[in-house]
Amino acid sequence: MSSIPHDHVAGHDHAHDHRPSGIARWLTTTNHKDIGTMYLIFSFAMFLVGGCMALTIRAELFQPGLQVVHPEFFNSMTTLHGLIMVFGAIMPAAVGFANWMIPMLIGAPDMAFARMNNWSFWLLPPAAILLVTSLFVPGGAAAAGWTLYPPLTIQAGMGTDLTIFAVHIMGASSIMGSINIITTILNLRAPGMTLMKMPMFCWTWLITAYLLIAVMPVLAGAVTMLLTDRHFGTSFFNAAGGGDPVLFQHIFWFFGHPEVYIIILPAFGIISEIIPVFSRKPLFGYASMVYATAGIAILSFIVWAHHMFTTGMPLAGTLFFMYATMLIAVPTGVKVFNWLATMWKGAMTFETPMLFAVGFLFLFTMGGFTGLVLAIMPIDVQLQDTYYVVAHFHYVMVAGSLFAFFSGAYYWLPKWTGTMYDEKIGQLHFWTSFVTFNITFFPMHFLGLAGMPRRIPDYAQQFADWNLVASVGAFGFGLSQLIFLWAVIKCATGSGAKAPAKPWEGGTSLEWTLPSPAPYHTFETPPVVK
Amino acid sequence: MVRNQAKERAGRRRVGMAGIAALLSPGIALAAREWNLQPPVTTIAQQQNDLHVFIFWICVVIFIAVFGVMFYSIFRHRKSVGHVPAQFHENTLVEIVWTVVPFLILLFMAFPATKTILAMKDTSAPDMTVKITGYQWKWGYDYLQDGFGFYSSLKTPLAQIENREPKGENYLLEVDNPLVVPVDAKVRLLITADDVIHAWWVPAFGVKQDAIPGFVRDTWFKAEKPGVYRGQCAELCGKEHGFMPIVVEVKTKAEYATWVAAQKAKVAAAADDPAKVWDLRDLVARGEKVYAANCVACHQASGKGVAGAFPALDGSKVVNGPVAEQRALVLNGKQGTAMASFRQLSDTDIAAVITYTRNSWGNKTGEAEQPAAVLAARK
Repeated sequence: MSSIPHDHVAGHDHAHDHRPSGIARWLTTTNHKDIGTMYLIFSFAMFLVGGCMALTIRAELFQPGLQVVHPEFFNSMTTLHGLIMVFGAIMPAAVGFANWMIPMLIGAPDMAFARMNNWSFWLLPPAAILLVTSLFVPGGAAAAGWTLYPPLTIQAGMGTDLTIFAVHIMGASSIMGSINIITTILNLRAPGMTLMKMPMFCWTWLITAYLLIAVMPVLAGAVTMLLTDRHFGTSFFNAAGGGDPVLFQHIFWFFGHPEVYIIILPAFGIISEIIPVFSRKPLFGYASMVYATAGIAILSFIVWAHHMFTTGMPLAGTLFFMYATMLIAVPTGVKVFNWLATMWKGAMTFETPMLFAVGFLFLFTMGGFTGLVLAIMPIDVQLQDTYYVVAHFHYVMVAGSLFAFFSGAYYWLPKWTGTMYDEKIGQLHFWTSFVTFNITFFPMHFLGLAGMPRRIPDYAQQFADWNLVASVGAFGFGLSQLIFLWAVIKCATGSGAKAPAKPWEGGTSLEWTLPSPAPYHTFETPPVVK
Repeated sequence: MVRNQAKERAGRRRVGMAGIAALLSPGIALAAREWNLQPPVTTIAQQQNDLHVFIFWICVVIFIAVFGVMFYSIFRHRKSVGHVPAQFHENTLVEIVWTVVPFLILLFMAFPATKTILAMKDTSAPDMTVKITGYQWKWGYDYLQDGFGFYSSLKTPLAQIENREPKGENYLLEVDNPLVVPVDAKVRLLITADDVIHAWWVPAFGVKQDAIPGFVRDTWFKAEKPGVYRGQCAELCGKEHGFMPIVVEVKTKAEYATWVAAQKAKVAAAADDPAKVWDLRDLVARGEKVYAANCVACHQASGKGVAGAFPALDGSKVVNGPVAEQRALVLNGKQGTAMASFRQLSDTDIAAVITYTRNSWGNKTGEAEQPAAVLAARK
């Protein structure tokens, strides 16, 4: 993917298009396409790192007993796997899609703040280095779970401090990215493109960006309080000094629940682009999609304590958070129904992007059902902190966000690289991912119901069989992702059919009016949208 | 349907799976394949199960309806069968219906759930009260009305965890001293923690309550059937989080009364006289047991600790230096490290464990620490 062809289309060749070559180009670039590419490569690299950690976990859990790693290292693996996948893989991938696609979808020449764009990307590698090197410092990496609950976090060694700094840096990067996206969408739309004519992907990202600006400072505050409790004698979370350990959980989840939607809304946007194109039919209920997205975003601020039903909240708090959480099913249901109504009476074809989109729809909805089960507080008391929860959030984050990003990648790779991906490889990637994903995560529902807690390196004998199945599936799922790498490398090296400007029959958005690959500079004269 | 599919899938897998399992670990019983909530023995757990079944079936119906439509559409409305796309893109009535109907279904779910929550939160009028304290990594139970208490730690031998011995039937779910309660009594639990957050969870009772250091939360259960019920700590609490199970023995009222009497007698007998002077050999023998119950998780049986995390005692400057320093460390712990205060142990236990560490492995001080010295240092 690093070899974006440099050819210029007539009328787009400019005197100012001098860029350094080699590494200097990537360090200094302010081009949204270059930066988008770097975000996507970075996130895939982190996906592989986090994936190796997941496989370490699954290898240890293959059988009862301790075989592969020590319990402390196991805890570091679950902690870093979560942090790296959330902050290193999924979120940067979404920003990568935003960088590449938002300017092209709204007819803008670039992002609004090009230099800040460069900086918000280049903050990420140092954060990743901090996280990964924390494994090698005395005392080991953070091991209190990605949620970093005190007082356990207060006990840990300097690996935790490195993690706190990494979270600060990634938060700063996210806030800058969000400011850029909001400004771009509000100011750089082509003439005639009103907000209610924007592609859904731009709408979901606009709302996501507001969520990020609202909650990343809250997370930064929470981890800063951890830092001062650890080193500077404060007692925010220490009862002996007048603090409260549960206060951290409130602050963390006030960030953490909107974070869940930060992860899924850009995915919703991609799916809303792809399903209409492959159904050859306009998106059903565009306006209600926008309102549902906004509704989900607003509700996301008043449901955080459903992650804390077992802390022993008062009755009124418990009821409030249960009802508010259940309400989220309404706008989420609207979105699923709208996608189905878009498919209904269309003329569907099932190329790889559509396969991943349908796979998303099917599996994300399963994650939605388990979410509803978990919202019911009396059931949650049995399932909280068990493998049922692990299954639930992997259905919405892996089969949800990740599948949507694969769908988007296959959909736009022809535009990015000028080469069609190999359909056979894409289909193989989908089917192996779909099957192995379910082998890995479906049995975890049973484990959780039967009473297996999460974050344990060893387990009682009645959990042995399903763990074995899940571990086998996990290795299959991990290997399947190399197929994606193969498909992308083939496109990036130009090995495959040359992509036409509009490879998808049903494509209607602005990026398909550009040649493939998209020229280095696009829409310097804005298109007019009717 | 989800579950039926799963059952079929599981059934198909059974043959192959059993084969693989038998190859890998012949010790695994057939019960190694659980997939639903454990059988409830309290009204609350029963209601939780019923709610789960109720909501599960609502989800199954919605699942069949929604994906029935989707797969119908996928097979009929495809280009390859020559379907011509319609161009509609909104329908106000349909959109209102699919907003309002889910809302009504939610109301239908919220009603029974609310009733159960009201019952769960009602901790009034208990028959007895037990205080539960979470420690890294064991549980403490205090019978407040009867004035005795004890610790409850994992009983599974390390050899089983490290695969040097075959695993027992209750591998990782067995403790030295289970919590004992009478049947049909409303037991109120006051739950707290000493160090980090833990969570006390027994699935058969439908009770899971975080144990939060510095705060006391309460919950309750009323077990309706005598038996032994097992659970685990459900909140990540450090490296031995997976190794602090919970076992509750529910006894008949008569058996429970006998058990309480025996406990009280044992407590009286075990109250050591701190003035007693012990000889070195007895202290070391007793200290070894205290060490195994309290110290071994971090400092290890070998006394070598874990490099980079928990210091070695074998050859340690503190253990081989002046005894006053070690005494203060054991009594008060060390701020900012995992070394907690062990003040809760008796004077004799502390004296014994100090003596043991000073005369084990490579340490050969030959000194016998006496309980009286510990008692004096407490002040």
